[in-house]
Amino acid sequence: MATTSQKYGILAEFETPAAAMHAAETVRDRGFRKWDVFTPFPVHGMDKAMGIKNSKVGWFSFLGGVTGYTSGMVMIWWMNAVDYPIIIGGKPMFSPFGAFPPCYELTILLGAFGALFGMLFMNRLPRLHHPLLKHRRFALATHDRFFLVIETADPKYSENETRKLLESTGSKRIELVEE
Amino acid sequence: MAEVIASVAAKAPSAPKQREPLLEIKAAPAELQREPMVANQRSLGWISDAIAGVAEGKTPRWWWIAFVPSVTLMLTCFTMILYLMSVGVGVWGPGHPVMWGWAIINFVWWIGIGHAGTLISAILFLLRQRWRTSINRAAEAMTIFAVMCAGIFPLIHIGRIWLGWWLFPIPNSNGIWPQFRSPLMWDVFAVSTYFTVSLLFWFMGLIPDLAVMRDRATTKIRKFAYGLFSLGWTGSNRHWSNYEKAYLILAGLSTPLVLSVHSIVSLDFSVSQLPGWHTTIFPPYFVAGAVFSGFGMVLTLLVPLRRLLKLEDIITVRHVELMCKVTLATGSIVGYAYAMEFFIAWYSGNPYERYAFINRAVGPYAWGYWIMIGCNVITPQLFWFKKIRTNMMLVFILSIFVNIGMWFERFVIVVISLHRDFLPSNWGYFRPTWVDILTYLGTFGLFFTFFLLFLRFVPIIAIAEVKGVTPQADPHHPLGGAKEGGHH
Repeated sequence: MATTSQKYGILAEFETPAAAMHAAETVRDRGFRKWDVFTPFPVHGMDKAMGIKNSKVGWFSFLGGVTGYTSGMVMIWWMNAVDYPIIIGGKPMFSPFGAFPPCYELTILLGAFGALFGMLFMNRLPRLHHPLLKHRRFALATHDRFFLVIETADPKYSENETRKLLESTGSKRIELVEE
Repeated sequence: MAEVIASVAAKAPSAPKQREPLLEIKAAPAELQREPMVANQRSLGWISDAIAGVAEGKTPRWWWIAFVPSVTLMLTCFTMILYLMSVGVGVWGPGHPVMWGWAIINFVWWIGIGHAGTLISAILFLLRQRWRTSINRAAEAMTIFAVMCAGIFPLIHIGRIWLGWWLFPIPNSNGIWPQFRSPLMWDVFAVSTYFTVSLLFWFMGLIPDLAVMRDRATTKIRKFAYGLFSLGWTGSNRHWSNYEKAYLILAGLSTPLVLSVHSIVSLDFSVSQLPGWHTTIFPPYFVAGAVFSGFGMVLTLLVPLRRLLKLEDIITVRHVELMCKVTLATGSIVGYAYAMEFFIAWYSGNPYERYAFINRAVGPYAWGYWIMIGCNVITPQLFWFKKIRTNMMLVFILSIFVNIGMWFERFVIVVISLHRDFLPSNWGYFRPTWVDILTYLGTFGLFFTFFLLFLRFVPIIAIAEVKGVTPQADPHHPLGGAKEGGHH
């Protein structure tokens, strides 16, 4: 079909989170891959209904935390015991206990950066343009409506069959979205 | 609908289409039912309109009435700092033996205020206290602005402000490095991490709500600005999945952070050997005091605002009551700590320690000590009474007493401990100068200028989170579209 190349996908609107969740379960069970549900707030159980696995953001944060702690320890040891050793009150040049508070804070600092930037990376954000954001009705996705979108790029997508499937899930408003 | 039922039937082939409920669950009696988070059964759309509406439309008159004096005060603060820089720290009151004066009092006071925001956003999140959603955004904003006010003081009290960057491990031409065995250095890391992480946490919470503002924007400039800062957020559930995980991790990281920040601030004192400072109770006692003062400030800000902005259905009386209860709990811990300090001063058998505490209660600064006791020990105990917790005017007045009391606590710790130490020949009496006073008042201008700008441009309540705690957001609730007897 020549026209599908200019279409981004098909959008079905729902009024309640339960309706969107049931539709998501149907679409998941039909084996679609390039599709998504858009909601004004995170809906409990939607990840399961869509078949989304546990988020990997934690790994970014973990890496950040480990980097923060080790670089803090190495930095303090090098600065106070190697590059500029100075005797203070008879204390050892380097002790992991005295160095702990700054390293603790650096663990948290880089762990937090890891969580935020990991989340943005996993979501491919920031993104200045998205076909859905041009769609007038879609502005309600941040207000009080729930949308399910199947992209035309999905191998299972077919203009008539997919529309029928979405109609069968109870959506009263189904529209094609331009690229 | 047929498709849905078919998919259910496919998973459980023996299930009949209409199942009889196995067990009839009766509604709980009225006294056991919890009050809803959002009063008057407001719809999801109403929540957007009410909260986003605060930052839309014509600027109300009261906003200007508050904004102009705030900016004036802020400029006063900057003028005082300029005066301090050009003349020197001699324009302030501190001198031998009270070397730390209002700058450190104000620093500890402001940073303590910040702690409530992080407690609400992080610790109450981990404890699944869903009522936090109505107040966390404003409290986090309060944290950030309070830490900004706090951060000014250690920077300007060092005397040669232009060398402030020596606090950070940045290579310099002298070839020397900061000395990490000093708690003052730990403080630099604690406070700057606290500010940065609070800002990250706040901004991440804002992303979905800035998208709400973008989608409601009517002018091109607003659409562009909110569009830019919302980073292209669409509300995709695949994004929400990563977002919620990141939020949980940030809450998990902010919890040990907030406990460590005021602990480390307290180490600035307790690692020294001065009677009145050198005590092991300081870290927990400082953290409890910080949360206590922070909740005082949250109440001072939100009790009038909920009325002014007509948000009484979102920040309900129950929310105010719960905050009063946290104030009561932390205030009681603070009262206990005061008693324990006195007990240990006697029990330790150390004459200097004992004198330091007797001097607090009956010495030349006794007035400061008793203001502290009155405001911090007696005031919160009034929150045992529901009549007082639900009287908004009284809550507002008492919350101001908490703020005053906590300032005097830091006055007691800093000034009273320093003014009489081991040798009577070393004693003195500290008085602030007009520059001290105007700089402190000026930071209120800085705080309120930022807070008012926040009210005007950013959703002051977490819209997406408040929607998430309503019954119609729950797909298992009839209001959320769940069918009776269905599998959801």
